[in-house]
Amino acid sequence: MKYDAFLIKKYVSFFGVLLLLVAIGSVSFSTASERFSASQNSKVLSEGYQIGDAVSNFRLKNVDSRMISLSDYSSQKGVIVVFSCNHCPFAKAYEERVIALDRKFGGQGFPVIAINPTDPAAYEDDTFEQMQARARSKGFTYPYLVDATQTVAKAFGATRTPHVFVLTNNNGTFTVRYIGTIDDNPQDPSGVSKRYVDDAVTNLLAGKPVVTTTTKAIGCAIKWKDV
Amino acid sequence: MKKLLILWLLAIAHTSFAQETASLESTQTQESGGLSDVSTAQPLVAEVKWNALQNILSSSSDTTYVLNFWATWCRPCVAELPHFEAVNRHYASQKVKVVLVSMDFVKDMEDRVIPFVERMKLTNPVWLLNEPDANSWIERVDSTWTGALPATLIINPARSRKVFYEKALDYETLARDLSYFLDY
Repeated sequence: MKYDAFLIKKYVSFFGVLLLLVAIGSVSFSTASERFSASQNSKVLSEGYQIGDAVSNFRLKNVDSRMISLSDYSSQKGVIVVFSCNHCPFAKAYEERVIALDRKFGGQGFPVIAINPTDPAAYEDDTFEQMQARARSKGFTYPYLVDATQTVAKAFGATRTPHVFVLTNNNGTFTVRYIGTIDDNPQDPSGVSKRYVDDAVTNLLAGKPVVTTTTKAIGCAIKWKDV
Repeated sequence: MKKLLILWLLAIAHTSFAQETASLESTQTQESGGLSDVSTAQPLVAEVKWNALQNILSSSSDTTYVLNFWATWCRPCVAELPHFEAVNRHYASQKVKVVLVSMDFVKDMEDRVIPFVERMKLTNPVWLLNEPDANSWIERVDSTWTGALPATLIINPARSRKVFYEKALDYETLARDLSYFLDY
């Protein structure tokens, strides 16, 4: 009997230690997972419209001081929305190619809308006056809108400039069909082999689905204003 | 408890990143000599292709690599560079290697990148990754990276352990993460 009591005690303490070990283990594992969840946080930030999502209307000021809404484009087949800015070398490298896209597809029912979500307090090149100057000097053929509250960029889930969203229009409902970069070579237009936006719009105009619906590219992070 | 277990499983899943890297193992052996030069590299800028990064991602030496993706024109990147220099100084005796991977254009190498590195007196090795088709490699760095700069990957491939940030970091965050990589 005495021996049994000893055994029970022994078992109890054994399980006690085991429980303690498991508890310690899970605490340290949870700290580990907290540390490793950093990249998942950034994923939350990048959430926005996905392929197939309907886009909410927006209304922003153009460089000519007129207000422009997405709903103004309800007679078009779609739009090419380009989040861009003045200061970013990648955005600058693509300016001519964005103009070319608008020249090519604007007349076919897929015009470009450029939106600048950059906080001019962070980059003085991106003030409204500088945007006006840029649009004039480069001869932008499309609106260059200022997203002063950054709400449109956030709704889209834009994280960098340039960041392109190709939308189709069906009776005033705009739907996301492509998200990503313009082509596969920001540094050298003559070295481009994959024209993602051109391919997407060409397919959509032909009534065909977009083959490559999402791409990633290096770009300038959109610095969010402190809320 | 169940929650903790799930968290723990998530942590494992997150750290056991895809070893899709095996295909380039042959180039690794050829270039591993170049890799070991990293720690003693002069503050010049090396123009590299993807396989240089792949060699790090599939390295079998028990070393913690800090890969910082930056560019001379990116202000938050430039602002955090001193923290990576501090890591280089403070962890000199440990198995930690920092590489500053520039996303500047190749055409800006002579007029912009090299003068910048000289002016900032950067002691970490600086690479300029000449791979314009970023869509082909961004997800190999981390599947959550959208491509915005700055971004930092801390990785010990031999232990299948990594953490990734798509934001600017302070020294405290780097030191805290490194202590986790080095102490366990």
